[in-house]
Amino acid sequence: MTEQSPAVVSASKLGLTFQTNDGPVQALSNVDLTIGKGEFVSFIGPSGCGKTTLLRVIADLEKATSGAISVNGMTPEQAREKRAYGYVFQAAALFPWRTIERNVALPLEIIGLSQAEQAERIKRTMELVNLSGFEKKYPWQLSGGMQQRASIARALAFDADLLLMDEPFGALDEIVRDHLNEQLLDLWDRTNKTICFVTHSIPEAVYLSTRIVVMSPRPGRVTDIIESTLPRRRPLDIRETPEFLAIAARVRDGLRAGHSYDD
Amino acid sequence: MDTFRSKIIPVTSILLGVVVLWYIFAVILNAPFQRDLDRRANETPSVVEFLGKTLSQPKPTLPAPHQVAVNFFENTFLRSVTSNRSLVYNAWVTLSSTLLGFAFGTALGIVIAVGIVHVATLDRSLMPWIIASQTIPILAVAPMIIVVLAAIGITGLIPKALISTYLSFFPVAVGMVKGLRSPEITHLDLMHTYNASASQTFWKLRVPASVPFLFTSMKVAVAASLVGAIVGELPTGAVAGIGAKLLAGAYYSQTIDIWSALVAGSIVAALLVMVVGIAGRLVDRAMGGRPA
Repeated sequence: MTEQSPAVVSASKLGLTFQTNDGPVQALSNVDLTIGKGEFVSFIGPSGCGKTTLLRVIADLEKATSGAISVNGMTPEQAREKRAYGYVFQAAALFPWRTIERNVALPLEIIGLSQAEQAERIKRTMELVNLSGFEKKYPWQLSGGMQQRASIARALAFDADLLLMDEPFGALDEIVRDHLNEQLLDLWDRTNKTICFVTHSIPEAVYLSTRIVVMSPRPGRVTDIIESTLPRRRPLDIRETPEFLAIAARVRDGLRAGHSYDD
Repeated sequence: MDTFRSKIIPVTSILLGVVVLWYIFAVILNAPFQRDLDRRANETPSVVEFLGKTLSQPKPTLPAPHQVAVNFFENTFLRSVTSNRSLVYNAWVTLSSTLLGFAFGTALGIVIAVGIVHVATLDRSLMPWIIASQTIPILAVAPMIIVVLAAIGITGLIPKALISTYLSFFPVAVGMVKGLRSPEITHLDLMHTYNASASQTFWKLRVPASVPFLFTSMKVAVAASLVGAIVGELPTGAVAGIGAKLLAGAYYSQTIDIWSALVAGSIVAALLVMVVGIAGRLVDRAMGGRPA
């Protein structure tokens, strides 16, 4: 992390309590986190640890109930209004009545770009996710992996510097997931975007990230933040190196520590 | 071949069964009157003659299928379509008010649904009234609509069409409320991350998502419209239309006429539902629907 670049995301003493019928549930508590420009930060933890909630707070899909958070130096709401980020959901969430190309065009239509500019952006992002040639297909004609790539293209289309990804590859098989992980790293390297990535896979988190935020449930909180010592360019087989395994072990320890806390 | 095996054979078997049952009941129901006639005429027909007579009375209690078929054929194909005895003419009269009422009803249903989905007060205040409106028997409402409108000088097609509207807006309103609320949370969240305006979310997400619901409810609505148009013809003293044919048949005990008007009504209903179904499938295909 470079100290002089301004923080893309900065949270301090962040908390979020949901009011449910069974009483209040503390989804997030006392989260302190700063994410700098160009970082690839993974959030990992068991279900209920608040990793998705944290991402949704950054995206202004949930409101924090205590503490402070800023995105690009603004409130999350202002950042959303300025379209500061692209969001990739766990499901591809493509509109079934639109072709892949029109799906990618959706955010561009909403921000009101000209037809020519839309076409240019669509072409560029479709190339970025290796989907050229599938522009006119409907979502059901594509495999799950391709659909998720299309949804990444859609999130990239309006060229926000911040990409928020909520377990984007969680529903895919391991072979496809490896492939997409490689492509995502390549894309991150070329575009220099800041990426926040929620996952529950340790190898995925270690392979992709420059920093790994380990979280733990009840209440959802950050238990460890691990700086990756891996180089920026990472071939898939880096996952067999001792360095990789050491980081993975530390993540696993962090997760275990968080768990034993409750049991 | 597959449609032959999976659709035509089962449907035809049922139809045959119905026809056989129909003949049996025609004999049973027409027999007492026939026995009465024979006794007065001091005739003692053989069983075959007797059966033949029960199935060829001019004003039978239950006309035999072939009597209805002959009457239907004559009144459909052998008469000029401008004659008021022609079933084509009468069906057209009913169809025109059905279609007008259906168009009104669909439009009204959509407007109501949009209101309910977007205005919280309407959601709470309108829905109970809409449901209540459908619990009032249409036979009670229809004459009042006709009389009230006639009093302010509106007669002819419009009052009948309004009765169709009354019956057809309901399924469309209910279906469209469901359809406009059908987008997944993820899709709504997605629009939120784009900071999309309410109208953008409406046109780009809610409307396309509601289209399948619209066509399903329009199928119900078009059949209801036809019922409305027929019911609308009963209290108006209408001179033409399937409802008028039914009423005239009832006045003069022309049971065969009643049944063939009924057949004509069913055919019109089936065609209307089919047309809406085909339109729905075409639209679905145009919107990238997966071929079934």
